[in-house]
Amino acid sequence: MSARIGVVTFPGSLDDVDAARAIRIAGGTAVALWHGDTDLHGVDAVVLPGGFSYGDYLRCGAIAKFAPVMSLVIDKAQVGLPVLGICNGFQILCESRLLPGALTRNDHQHFICRDQRLRIESTDTPWTMDFALGQEIVIPLKNGEGGYVASEVVLDELFAENRVIATYQGENPNGSYRNVAGISNKAGNVVGLMPHPEHAVELLTGPTIDGVPFFTSVLKSLIGAP
Amino acid sequence: MIDSVNIARESPDTEQPWADLGLKQDEYESIKEILGRRPTSSELAMYSVMWSEHCSYKSSKVHLRQFGDKAPKTDALLVGIGENAGVVDIGDGWAVTFKVESHNHPSYVEPYQGAATGIGGIVRDIISMGARPLAVMDPLRFGAADAPDTRRVLPGVVAGIGGYGNCLGLPNIGGELVFDESYAGNPLVNALCVGSMKHEDIHLASAKGVDNLVVLYGARTGGDGIGGVSVLASETFDANGPAKRPSVQVGDPFMEKLLIEATLEVLHAGLVEGIQDLGGAGISCATSELASNGEGGMQVYLDRVLLRDASLSPEEILMSESQERMCAVVTPEKIDAFMQLCKKWEVEAVVIGEVTDTGRLVIDWYGDTIVDVPPRSVAHDGPVYERPFHRPSWQDALQADTPTGERLPRPSTPDALKHTLLDLISSPNLASKSWVTSQYDRYVLGNTILAQPEDAGMIRVDEESGLGVAISTDCNSRFAKLDPYAGAQLALVESYRNISVAGAKPLAVTNCLNFGSPEDPEVMWQFAQATTGLADACLELGIPVTGGNVSFYNQTGENAISPTPVVGVLGVINNVEHRTPMAWAGDGDLIYILGDTADEFAGSEWAHLQGHLGGLPPKVDLPAEKLLSEIMVAASHEGMITAAHDVSDGGVGVAVTEMALRANIGARFWIPENIDPFVFLFSESTARAIAVIPGTEELRFSEMCAARGMRATRFGVVDSGLGVNSGHPGEQVIVCDSQFTLTIDQLREVNEATLPALFGGEKCSAQVSESYWDQ
Amino acid sequence: MARVVVNVALKPEILDPQGRAVQGALSRLGLSGVMDVRQGKQFIIDIDGELEGDRADLLEKLAGELLSNPVIEDFTLTVEN
Repeated sequence: MSARIGVVTFPGSLDDVDAARAIRIAGGTAVALWHGDTDLHGVDAVVLPGGFSYGDYLRCGAIAKFAPVMSLVIDKAQVGLPVLGICNGFQILCESRLLPGALTRNDHQHFICRDQRLRIESTDTPWTMDFALGQEIVIPLKNGEGGYVASEVVLDELFAENRVIATYQGENPNGSYRNVAGISNKAGNVVGLMPHPEHAVELLTGPTIDGVPFFTSVLKSLIGAP
Repeated sequence: MIDSVNIARESPDTEQPWADLGLKQDEYESIKEILGRRPTSSELAMYSVMWSEHCSYKSSKVHLRQFGDKAPKTDALLVGIGENAGVVDIGDGWAVTFKVESHNHPSYVEPYQGAATGIGGIVRDIISMGARPLAVMDPLRFGAADAPDTRRVLPGVVAGIGGYGNCLGLPNIGGELVFDESYAGNPLVNALCVGSMKHEDIHLASAKGVDNLVVLYGARTGGDGIGGVSVLASETFDANGPAKRPSVQVGDPFMEKLLIEATLEVLHAGLVEGIQDLGGAGISCATSELASNGEGGMQVYLDRVLLRDASLSPEEILMSESQERMCAVVTPEKIDAFMQLCKKWEVEAVVIGEVTDTGRLVIDWYGDTIVDVPPRSVAHDGPVYERPFHRPSWQDALQADTPTGERLPRPSTPDALKHTLLDLISSPNLASKSWVTSQYDRYVLGNTILAQPEDAGMIRVDEESGLGVAISTDCNSRFAKLDPYAGAQLALVESYRNISVAGAKPLAVTNCLNFGSPEDPEVMWQFAQATTGLADACLELGIPVTGGNVSFYNQTGENAISPTPVVGVLGVINNVEHRTPMAWAGDGDLIYILGDTADEFAGSEWAHLQGHLGGLPPKVDLPAEKLLSEIMVAASHEGMITAAHDVSDGGVGVAVTEMALRANIGARFWIPENIDPFVFLFSESTARAIAVIPGTEELRFSEMCAARGMRATRFGVVDSGLGVNSGHPGEQVIVCDSQFTLTIDQLREVNEATLPALFGGEKCSAQVSESYWDQ
Repeated sequence: MARVVVNVALKPEILDPQGRAVQGALSRLGLSGVMDVRQGKQFIIDIDGELEGDRADLLEKLAGELLSNPVIEDFTLTVEN
């Protein structure tokens, strides 16, 4: 049986069906998790999808971190459960303190949806091991509050510890400090990424299929896991 | 003091503000006749809002009947005109529903919220048919691009569409962005939504089954847009009076998202007998329409409505246009399950009444009956006007002013042609729209096959089979001003062509008819002409009108907008893998023009840039359009074609440039024999398309065209290696033989600079932020 | 009844594009000498009874964990009992 990857739906999640589709295309089994769940249904990894959880009315991701399912995700993430937060999921991971820093309103103030060039900066995580180091990919970016901010100390540490997993290439789309597009926690199992790999898994609907390796990576890492 | 039915009976002579509510004397008299007494203030509120132009279509009805009377025979139409939206069979047990609506006046008052709630309203129309919304599109029209008013309104409208649609999780797959002086002070903000469902999931707005319960669910009712529907949409807006600004509806896309999910879940669980969205006229409209379409009676306890503002009067509650609300009819056995699902999605719901067989809509307020009316008289049997109309006195002179070479000097040298092309592709109407569309999410849901700047938006409906639909909206209002009958047909055929060029077979039509005041006989003539033209052409093309929307009173003072019958065509494609994109890909592929090019510049983009409007619009040739459509669909299905693009605004020159820009690959082309280069490059003759054919398919393709009598002229070849020999090594270049050479970078630079220069500066950012305050 | 007002604003070192846009607009509209604008949020919380003891402590904590994000925002809290 293929690995079971949970996709959490919060009220206001939007890209949950896309994340589930990407998992299936990569060869995994997508398991729907509800924000009110008090059980992770034995999943081997979790994706927190994009969207506007709870309308993003307080701050993006700020209310989602208090959802019952998130306390389970936070506990398990601290002992190695692979977790990928995409866009709003990244915001939730930062609000939950699983990842350092925060995401702020784009410096140009507009929501932006475009095909974005990235460079993979680390293949040492279960979500990026299927890429080549330094590989350039193009996947959709779409956010209103995607500017990654953290203190100089934290940024220095992220780069020094090889925890910046992807950077923006070309024009910085949202004012992210040091062009950071995605980061991981110290252990590497928790990854936050602002652009959307789940929208680049089919040539018919995406600009590329460069998003697929994020999902094949985690499936490979799970096969290798004890 | 509540004005109850009893009080109304006892006080027949009470003065009532019917005129302030927009009712005419004879309309007020006819309400009294229907009721056999004076109306209560609540009844007066209901009738005034339901009999407004916006809700009752009283001026347009007699003309709209043609869409039914002249409807072509088709099996595709599952639900026709009259419901919230028409439903079309697309095969494999799937049905789609689509509709376009105007939100023009609210968007002028408060651009962000006006545009946002426009999206919200059209999406609820679609879910109330039982469909899952798939995508939205926005036809937008503003005054001159550099007018201060445009700079105020446009950024807010775009931010509102994005803010609401993005948060709702619906891809925005296209639309229009047109600038024309005629819209100064009266922008057009139309919104389209398309949804899909299995045949068995189709739901209708009717209150069936005596004793069934009427449930109001979604957002609470507040003082939003009270009277908005009649005041905002039916009277000319006076920009000078901020004090008169009515309260604006504020949208909550998060609530709408929950409402969609909750609604689809209760529908699929079989918990609903009838359903209706709340839009213009709020509870007045929903209860009267549900009752009128069902058993004919309903008892409502208005005091049960959950309020956001406890001080609202019953009249205000009836008229409130608070957003994100729905009304469902549920059997008593299923009500608990219904409420449970609402709770799951954190959507508040309350039973406000029940279905009766009394033939009356009775509304109580804390024990007093405040409304007791025959629901049909409110919802369907409103006044119908046969407004007088006549051909405008200026029409003949306008049509006589043909933009001939003598009247309007034409470019003739190669250099002048090159600059004409650059001027056109950098003009606001033809410049890249990505400043707008990059603010919209086109990827969400993962089924977007084509989105702007492609000719049509295309969405995959069934992931297994690849079944999909394509949609396009179009209207050149300059053509419609020159000749409203032909103009409406030209809007239809352009949209029809866009669908076909993308590889989909046109199936059905919707429309949003934006016009000036129906009380002006010249405007009414334009309306009559346009509806007749549209109905005649739909009959000939064999595609029915499934529904639509009329927006009158689009004018500033005495000046009506150019007639703008926006036409949306929906098509079906059996497998989206066959779709035809506009970007060419293969070196050596051959570039063909299908159809005939004549000297037709009246109403064209080129003439518009010269500040000229006159003459007769391009000739409409419906058989040629039909043939072109069949050829484009067959070529895509048979794999003969790698790219295609509609030829319309700006002609062949602009079409070829757009294809090269989209592909980022150059091409060489030439002017065919026996045609003037300027005419070939920039005329806007209809029934034409550019088709890109691989060499291996050329014979099959040209034989198909010849056999069917479609002129196909080869005039170019895709070539990524033109840079070296044209002095631009390493660059992609388009070469027009013995005329001009341009690099794609040059073209892109002027094409993409225009909108950011107009709207993207610091100034614009501040304005977005001001209306974007708490998003 | 107690009324608690919590003001939240981005920390001074965090870029505030909305504040900057408003600053530009104020200047354009003729207000001279605008040195800085920071845009924030205000929460007005009405609470039954006096706010003291554990409830006051919890609210203070939630102002830091829910109402604001200490990574990028500061808050002030005032209570009118």
